[in-house]
Amino acid sequence: MEHRDDIGAKLGMWVFIFTEMLLFGGLFLVYAIMRSSYSTEFHQAAHHLNAFIGTINTVVLLLSSATVAMSITAVQKGNNRLAVILLFITLLCAAVFMINKYFEWGHKIHIGLYPGSDLMLTLSHGQVMFFSLYFFMTGLHMFHLVVGGIILTIVMIKVQRGTINAGRYVLLENGGLYWHLVDLIWIFLFPLLYLIT
Amino acid sequence: MQNETVHITPYRTHAWVLITLLTFTFITITVTWIDLSALTVFIALIIASVKAYIVLTYFMHLKFESSLFRVFVFMVLAIYVLVILFTLSDYLFR
Repeated sequence: MEHRDDIGAKLGMWVFIFTEMLLFGGLFLVYAIMRSSYSTEFHQAAHHLNAFIGTINTVVLLLSSATVAMSITAVQKGNNRLAVILLFITLLCAAVFMINKYFEWGHKIHIGLYPGSDLMLTLSHGQVMFFSLYFFMTGLHMFHLVVGGIILTIVMIKVQRGTINAGRYVLLENGGLYWHLVDLIWIFLFPLLYLIT
Repeated sequence: MQNETVHITPYRTHAWVLITLLTFTFITITVTWIDLSALTVFIALIIASVKAYIVLTYFMHLKFESSLFRVFVFMVLAIYVLVILFTLSDYLFR
């Protein structure tokens, strides 16, 4: 008889998600305090961010979260083929997000706006704080997105092979939870960084 | 331990959740266009919290898990709120 504990596996995933929530929570706390100390500088600096790209990335991430959630429904109903397609759409969304970020960061680096650059040294302390938090928080978020993409690729292959099926799909559920966490963080990052002008 | 009661969320529910989240996103963007100064951030944060609640409840399936999961999430959020309150009270009233 095979031993497995799906609820235990999910609980473990949640405990890991809690550590991630508190990791980003700490950064949001730094943001809150710096913002209350340098509110005008934060407003000025936020003008440099491209709210349009930010909005597109928000829509893309929400869509990708929905397709992951739907892929669980598909596997539960025994439709692995549809689940693979939905997971593939999720990965495409992740790629679109990364491409947008590439252009967004690329433009900033091109005009000399990156941590430790000469331009940054000429800015006021509050603006430096804003851009440091912007690069660190969106960078850490992007790192999570890449990890989530790798996890979902493995999950997608397993769904394709039938190792994940209507009888056992806790790995898909846990991969999905991680992906939703990435979405959850962006839900707060987007208004706080892009929409405060 | 097997999942005796498997809850299958219909595709339609996920689609509605997505539409709701997108609607809230556009409300946030519209609200920030109108200048309400200090209120803007407050409203944006409230909308973000509502969106986070929807993601946790439906996409992350908390609504259909055992209550143990909800208790855990609530406790983590409560600890985080306490940390925010203590830190802010220190910074703002020192």
